[in-house]
Formats: sequence, C-alpha cells, structure tokens
Amino acid sequence: MTPPQPPQPSPSPVPDAPDAPDAPDAPTAPVLSVRGLTVRFLMPGGRRVAAVTDVRFDVRPGECLALIGESGCGKSVLTSALLGLLPGNARTTGSALLGDLDLLTADERTLARTVRGRRIGLVPQSPAAHLTPVRTVRSHLSETVAALTGVRGRTARRAAAEAAAARAAFPAGHLDRHPHELSGGLAQRAATALALVGDAPLLLADEPTTGLDRDLVDHTVDALRRHVDAGPDGTGRALLMITHDLAAAARVADRVAVMYAGRVVELADAAAFFGAPGPRHPYSRGLLQALPDRAFTPIPGLPPELTDLPAGCAFAARCARATDRCATPPGPADPVACHHPHPAAPEATRA
Amino acid sequence: MLDLRSVTAGYTRGAPVLRDVSLTVAPGEAVGLLGPSGCGKSTLARVAALLHRPDAGTVTVDGEPVRRWRHRAPRDLRTAFGVVFQQARQAADPRLRLADLIAEPLRATGRRAEVARRVPELAAAVGLTGDLPARRPHEVSDGQLQRACLARALVLRPRWLVCDEMTAMLDASTTAALVAVVEEYRAATGAGLLAVGHDRVLLERWCDRTVDWAPGWTAAGAADGTRNQSPQDPTHSDRVIDSVVSGS
Ligand code: SF4
Repeated sequence: MTPPQPPQPSPSPVPDAPDAPDAPDAPTAPVLSVRGLTVRFLMPGGRRVAAVTDVRFDVRPGECLALIGESGCGKSVLTSALLGLLPGNARTTGSALLGDLDLLTADERTLARTVRGRRIGLVPQSPAAHLTPVRTVRSHLSETVAALTGVRGRTARRAAAEAAAARAAFPAGHLDRHPHELSGGLAQRAATALALVGDAPLLLADEPTTGLDRDLVDHTVDALRRHVDAGPDGTGRALLMITHDLAAAARVADRVAVMYAGRVVELADAAAFFGAPGPRHPYSRGLLQALPDRAFTPIPGLPPELTDLPAGCAFAARCARATDRCATPPGPADPVACHHPHPAAPEATRA
Repeated sequence: MLDLRSVTAGYTRGAPVLRDVSLTVAPGEAVGLLGPSGCGKSTLARVAALLHRPDAGTVTVDGEPVRRWRHRAPRDLRTAFGVVFQQARQAADPRLRLADLIAEPLRATGRRAEVARRVPELAAAVGLTGDLPARRPHEVSDGQLQRACLARALVLRPRWLVCDEMTAMLDASTTAALVAVVEEYRAATGAGLLAVGHDRVLLERWCDRTVDWAPGWTAAGAADGTRNQSPQDPTHSDRVIDSVVSGS
C-alpha cells in the first residue's frame, strides 16, 4: 500500500519523502536531520525508561514540522536531547545533524557557545520563567543582540532590539516593562522576540502556546511562521514546533510528526492530516477525533509505561484495529508505523 | 442554585480585579464562563468556590447566603464544592501518593471510613489503572496527575463543581476523557458545574450554556495587558485549597 521509499543512508542530504509541495526541484539539505534517535533513562533499581525510540525526521528550510503527542510521549525529552539538556542518567544514541554538527555528540561548550540561541532559537514553554525578573524587556533584547549578533554601538543595538520586538509583534511602548508587568501573551511575545534575535536557521518552539488565549496562539504561531517564511534564499529557516495544541499545529505546520510512547508513529503532510483523507495511524485518528469540534470522544485507556513497553505495537491495547499481527513491531513511520493503517487517499481522487 | 450577585473582588484593598459581576448556575446546570487570560475569571471562580472572599456582593449557595470564606466557611458549604485548577503540579502535594491525594479530603473531614471504598472507585473512574494510584506526582504525567486532582475534587460528592482551565495543559484525548468523567459524575449526582476557560470550542461543546466575560467586569487597570498575573496564579489558590480541605 505504501509507495516504496528509497533506502536512506544516514545521514543523507536527500529529502526522505516527496511531501513538500513548494520544495524546489533541486534537493535541499535539511536544516535538521534526525536519525535513529533513542534516549534511555537509567533509573535506580536498574529500571530503564524507553523515553524516545528510533526517531527519524528531517526539517527542511522554509518548513514547519509540528511534533504532536500527549504529555509523556517523549516529545519534551526529544527537545532536551536536541539542545543537549538531558540529565546525567540519560543514554542517547543515533544522530541529530544540524548542518554538519551532530547535536547528540557535541560537547556542552560547543552547544552553549555556538548552538543554543545562535543556530537554534528556542521559544520556551513558560516565557515568564525564561526572563530575568529584575530586567526590562529592552534590556533582555539588547543584551541578546549584543551577545548573538555583530551589531555594535548603543544606537544600532537599540534599533536591532526594537526591530526584534516588532517582528514578534511585541509593542514598542512596553519595552521598558519588567517581566512581571507583562500579561502571559506579551511575555510569550517577548520570549519569541528573544528567540528570533540570533536569526538561527532552526527555531525550536517547545509548547509555545500553552495556556494562551486562541488569538494569542494565532499571533504566536503566525510570528513564527513569518520568521520561517522570511528566511534568506537558499538558507531558509526551519521551525520544529513541539505541541499538544492540534489547532496551533493545523494553523502553521507543513508536516506533522505524531509521537506515541516514545516513537514517531506517523509522518504526514499537514493538509492531508488535518483535512482529507485524515490521519492514517489509529492513534493519530483517535487524537483528532477527541477534539471538541470533532467527536469529542477520548481514546480509551492510557499510554503504556515507558519502563514496560509491549514487544509489538505500543498502541495495541487501545486500538480497535489491532490483530494478531500487531504483536510484532510495525516498523518505522515511513510514513505510518502500523500494520493496518487507514488508507491513503484513493488514487482516483488524487489530482 | 449558585448565585453570585454584584461581586467585586481583588487581592489589594482598593484595587479590585473584577467589579460588579453577576452569574447564576441553576442546579444541575453546566455553565461555561469564557474570558481572555488576565480578565479576572479565575478570581471569580475562586469566589464562587468559596476560596476567596469578595470585597463586595453576595454569593448564595442553594439558598444559603455565604458569610465566611475559605477554612472559616461552614464545613457543609465548603464540602459542597469540588474544585479543579489548571496546574496539577502546583495543586498536588508532591509527597503524597496519588491514592492519598484523592483520599485527602475524606481524611480531612473525618470520613476515613470511606477511603477504602471511594478511592479505588474514583481512581478507576478517572482511568488511573494499575499501580498509578501508588505513585507520587513526579512519577506520573501531567495528564495522569490531573486525573488524580479531578478524583480528589469528586471524592466528597460535591453538589457543585468549579473547573478553572482544567484541561488547558492537556492533550485532546485526555481533555475529552476528563470532561467525560465530569459529565458522568454530573449525570449520576445532578451536580452543577461552573467551567471557566478561554477555549470557546471546548466550553460550547461541554456546557449547557456559555457566558462571555463582559469587558466591564474587569476592573480598570486589571486587563490592559500589562498587569501582573500572579494574583490569579493557581499556586495561590492551591495553597488555599489545601487549607480549605485540611482546615477543621
Ligand atoms: S499496528 Fe496494529 S495495534 Fe498498532 S496501531 Fe496499527 S492496527 Fe493498531
């Protein structure tokens, strides 16, 4: 059923799926290329938590990939792995190439000096915690401009700080406020502005819309989208957005990666995923059907324990389509990790 | 009937967050209160749940005017309310196993005898299966912890439920699951619901009717987008609920 995909040597500069309609004909090297990413936590008593297993995806220039899934599915561990922020008991294998740098093996000095803020702009989940309480937004921005860009001189820095604020739709009249004087929405815009300053090729947004009102969600993701779209030719920026907010994902994503129990179970074109024919993996379908503007029915049961994953498909206990075959692992999300996926669009209806 | 009349409330004398708000929830009714963040709706939820004394106005619960708030409120009024907040991590004592978290209100009100039956029943109802009830908050996901917080809110069989952004941090499936638990409870007991939130699609699907927060309800200076959010931060209310539950 699935169209055969060319085997992928890893790491490869060749895009792994023909699913970016606007991609130029010449293959574009991904900004981020993740292959076989696996994270295990070693716990007291010899337990092992299989937090992330064999994750593979690319994010290309000019593209937004939304990584969706429920809390505990491994998406925040994956984020930490990419930023080199995992705790000491984590064991990581695989590769995550940002250009020619493998984020998984880079040392802390490299990550701190050249990656975080410069090559990866981080839009954090709780902006208030990310901002220093005693300093104004302007002072945060100016310092970041000084640290991350070549802009020198007070006036130029001031202008650069104001430009960064404007790009994130942070109102100029509020630049001299302290973080505690900002609403949640403005704090999020301040954090977004800070993430944009370094003009990093990859933006990593970790649940950027949690707790925001819908119009602020739209504002936030639109600012990120504009930044991606405004990337300089050929070296366009990319956005990896980790979120449980399906509406936010539907609004900005070009592609969607669905995580379940530490694995990516489906990689899909966002329009096909949120529209027709819809998700192909039973878990992804269940997640969409749980939305209040759809069936509003939960997926029965709970995700499996990451210390005690079944040998076969991790979703089997909750899956209405499960058969005996599902006792064996379904293989990679290429594009869907399932023995009995929902069909892709019938050929006849395809243009 | 849960009746709030001309309520004005805030955290600093002379600087109310909300002003002159009136809202009624009929017995068994589910009302969704929709408003942007920072408008004061969480403060109103706390007033409605007897967790915060208003500066002016009246709250009447099933015909009984409320004269005392928080741990000073009469026990039968306090226990008429079950409350769930947005931030389960801040609402839950990190030292307690989930089963003890759920049992806490029973123990605090001298109803230990019901723990053995009620807690497993509720843990099952909210989907906490296997050894999850024996775990501590850091050993479970946000969604699992919020399931426990909902079970705790239901354990005293409240006549009124107040859910303040209960699902704002949760994925779609967990959201649908928790709403289903609330609705099953309400169908079985006839409890009324005040659900406060900013997600119109969710509250319109969930509730019998929704009420939009009127701009005039937000006190001047409270919602120009510059105000510190911390007075409505759930951490405050959660310490309060602990004192409500454990206060004698
Ligand atoms: S592999 Fe089987 S159990 Fe797993 S999602 Fe597909 S049909 Fe369901």
